[in-house]
Amino acid sequence: MAGIILDFERPIIELERKIEEMREISAADGVDLSQEIEKLEEKLNKLIEKIYSNLNRWQRVQLARHPNRPYTMDYIERITSDFIELHGDRYFADDKAIITGLATIEGRKIVLIGHQKGKNTKDNIYRNFGMPHPEGYRKALRVMKLAEKFNKPIVSLIDTPGAYPGIGAEERGQAEAIAKNLFEMSRLRVPVLIVIIGEGASGGALGIGIGDRILLLENTWYSVISPEGCASILYHDAGKAPIAAEAMKVTARDLEKLGIADEIITEPPGGAHRNPSKMAEILKEAILRNLDELSKIPIDELIKKRIAKFSQMGSWDE
Amino acid sequence: MVDWFRRTKKGLLGTEKKVIPDGLWTKCPNCSEYLYKRELERNFWVCRQCRYHFRIPCDDYIKILLDGDYEEFNSNIKSNDPLKFKALKRYSDQLKSAISKTGSNDAIKTVIGNISQHEVILGVMDFRFIGGSMGSVVGEKVSRAIDMARERKFPLIIASSSGGARMMEGIFSLMQMAKTSAKLARFHEEGGLYISILTDPTTGGTTASFAMLGDIIIAEPGALIGFAGPRVIKQTIGHDLPEGFQRSEFLLEKGFTDIICERSKLKQLLIKTLDFFCLNE
Repeated sequence: MAGIILDFERPIIELERKIEEMREISAADGVDLSQEIEKLEEKLNKLIEKIYSNLNRWQRVQLARHPNRPYTMDYIERITSDFIELHGDRYFADDKAIITGLATIEGRKIVLIGHQKGKNTKDNIYRNFGMPHPEGYRKALRVMKLAEKFNKPIVSLIDTPGAYPGIGAEERGQAEAIAKNLFEMSRLRVPVLIVIIGEGASGGALGIGIGDRILLLENTWYSVISPEGCASILYHDAGKAPIAAEAMKVTARDLEKLGIADEIITEPPGGAHRNPSKMAEILKEAILRNLDELSKIPIDELIKKRIAKFSQMGSWDE
Repeated sequence: MVDWFRRTKKGLLGTEKKVIPDGLWTKCPNCSEYLYKRELERNFWVCRQCRYHFRIPCDDYIKILLDGDYEEFNSNIKSNDPLKFKALKRYSDQLKSAISKTGSNDAIKTVIGNISQHEVILGVMDFRFIGGSMGSVVGEKVSRAIDMARERKFPLIIASSSGGARMMEGIFSLMQMAKTSAKLARFHEEGGLYISILTDPTTGGTTASFAMLGDIIIAEPGALIGFAGPRVIKQTIGHDLPEGFQRSEFLLEKGFTDIICERSKLKQLLIKTLDFFCLNE
């Protein structure tokens, strides 16, 4: 596998290499090693299960950021047909950190929006590392209004390290753009499905994150601030991010326990990056199933439920 | 021994430090002018020299805006530290000390009272309470204030001063942005009037939700208003920020606030605005 290998993945990669080597030897010398290979494969599966079921929160954060992890475009390519990308907010620019467009999944027409990170440095600069400016949120809203007008459900894929903190972003009203989206998305008269596919950092994620259901892939995180941001403010040391991730309880499973997540989507063994095609298949099933269910709810009731859903979030005594 | 460094003349000792009697005088954090507290209070906590608007407790702000008596509601809602959060300090300890410092249970007071002939729902945030941050309690109190304004068909006014969403409640704090904005959407659809007042500072998740959603947005002069904090932006872009960046005057120039109003004239402006929208012709 190309690219970065995380520390905790190393034993798995080593075993995989060993199996690969044995296959090569077996093929080259005509020795039958199938029994040994089978044993090792069994060992590999057990190892994967053991390692991935015991990850701590920081390790999950690292998986959510894995450079080989599928991004919005990867899912678009794998699960939609006839995708037409729509560009620009019609006010200022086209933000490459958010992709919007018209898509068809198994004959079902949807409007799809999502953050987009880059696959390499050059691509990342183009995509601004998946960190939107106000025009990204305004483009998303424009396209969601289009979906509303033509009665198409919306699917929003979330994967961002945050809204971009820069001069231009502030000048053009980052806060206003996000606030406006929260306001408008809460009353869109079509079903809205939110899926966290990687990182869900703060207002940058929430800005396209209001919907009828919130699904999270298993190895994702979603919180009020990134673990690094929290660590640098509360511990005066960004290096304390692993501790901050624990303290803020940022993982998909945490959000399930806290009553925020409606569904956790299981990833292929070892995480989405180890089998993007399989991951896309699983995601497609979840999207179609949820849209089917949502489309059966009368729209006034759906909006009422949507507002009620966010209204009950929080925890307090009185 | 080098004599150059030894003080031989008494005249070089500098002037004696002024002793300021505690409680009577205060120093302007902006221009360092010493101000007589009683006079400062009469001046709406605005420095007479540089017009700096002091950050003030929510009770003082409520008194500036409302006529006479008012009634607070939902004052008993309290954080229950859902994540059992602990960084260098325990969140539960921070809450305790903020409660004893401010006398309120969280960073906002919501009240019902009168401005001239108008009955209004007013929420005022308190920066002294963990930086005016928004956790579940602030979000819930804002939401209930919106609901009350909707049910009674009263105008809603919220004066913000906040560092943003409260980290110690993680995802719950983030979701308060969604909650308050969704409630405002409903209020908006039913024709409710919402006036948002931005005071120093209003940043982060507070700005990116209810603070920026006013039908009318009024800012106090010189207030820091933005999404990302200036330190984070400076760190990200790697150079200094332009003069006046993210101040009220900058927001007015860029088109994100309707009007800048001095605190002393704020009540008058509110009365005029309320008269315009709420009185028959």
